[in-house]
Amino acid sequence: MNPEPIQAALPCHPQDDLLRTDRIPHIWCSGCGIGIVFNSLITAIKKSGLNQDEVAVVSGIGCTGRMAGYIALDSFHTTHGRAIPFATGLKLARPQGQVIVASGDGDLLAIGGNHFIHAARRNLDLTVICVNNFNYGMTGGQLAPSTPFGAKTTTTPLGSPDEPFNFCALAAACGAVYVARWTALHIRRLTTSLVEAIQKKGFSFVEILAPCPTAFGRRNQIRKPVELLRMYHDRSVVRNDLDPNLAVIDFAGNLVVGKFVDRTRTTFLDNYGLVNRREAPDWLGLEHERLREEKARAGAGQ
Amino acid sequence: MKYWRKPLDLETTPLARGRVLVVKDRCKGCEFCVNYCARGVLGMSKHFNRKGYHYPEADPARICVNCRFCEAICPEFAIFSVEDPQT
Repeated sequence: MNPEPIQAALPCHPQDDLLRTDRIPHIWCSGCGIGIVFNSLITAIKKSGLNQDEVAVVSGIGCTGRMAGYIALDSFHTTHGRAIPFATGLKLARPQGQVIVASGDGDLLAIGGNHFIHAARRNLDLTVICVNNFNYGMTGGQLAPSTPFGAKTTTTPLGSPDEPFNFCALAAACGAVYVARWTALHIRRLTTSLVEAIQKKGFSFVEILAPCPTAFGRRNQIRKPVELLRMYHDRSVVRNDLDPNLAVIDFAGNLVVGKFVDRTRTTFLDNYGLVNRREAPDWLGLEHERLREEKARAGAGQ
Repeated sequence: MKYWRKPLDLETTPLARGRVLVVKDRCKGCEFCVNYCARGVLGMSKHFNRKGYHYPEADPARICVNCRFCEAICPEFAIFSVEDPQT
């Protein structure tokens, strides 16, 4: 059972068809969770049964931003925080295509925070994947909007004084139609969630808690990638359909994961079509008012 | 394998067998696959790959059931399993 002679005959990894193999091995550190999420995303794109010519992956700057460079689909690596504006333009120009935004917490919700909340408000048909590693990994582990209170980073050596964002609650409050959170070790559930998010019409958001052993774990006494991955998974508790406001990331207690929101709203493109065809609804209720006045006049005439 | 109750269809259900293949030079030695292999098939090799990392290798004495979890958990696209045609 020596694997080596077989390897010569079968050198191809099953995901190689969607990878730019000339760029692999990628730049992510040993034990980084982004690779697992990337693997899941490729599986999900294959499983969702989409025409792969119609799928585009857009990403911003940062470790997770490299995803667009490694996937052998139409992809674009945008400037910092501007993955969603680019994806918005792409979606409006090619409404038949499926646009996936894959980016990190710092890119998507710090510098790109306003783009995120407005895309969710408009309910643009995008799939947003946020790999949350609790710090700015690529630049050396600085404080990010997701860094837990008290966690040590390069810029907060005594511990972070800030309360972190709850991304899932933010997305749900802004109007996202699909919101889920998993850790990088919930691979099968994450893949199912990604398939659902890709197929969902509207703004779908999936957050993944991924280990960053090099920049985040090292400064917080968890150096081994496996320990960090296991810790996230062991402390997580699955609560599907929970109110996202209650789904907190509390390292001393529980990391609440699960599929929190799955609802239906009219998307931006539907509404835009209505307005362009002059079929927009009577938002002031003037038609209703006019009918009531006519009725009153008819009543007075009798 | 130990069962707390012997499954009724134990004799009739064929056990899937797999063969683990490692793309050595992609591995960065994070040991995720070794830690999460459900059947304990994998162990770290004593050898180095081209980048200087130890890579995993399958223990021929252990049985891989082709669950393909190593393939899903590997961040480097360095390990996968295929169905063993011999069984």
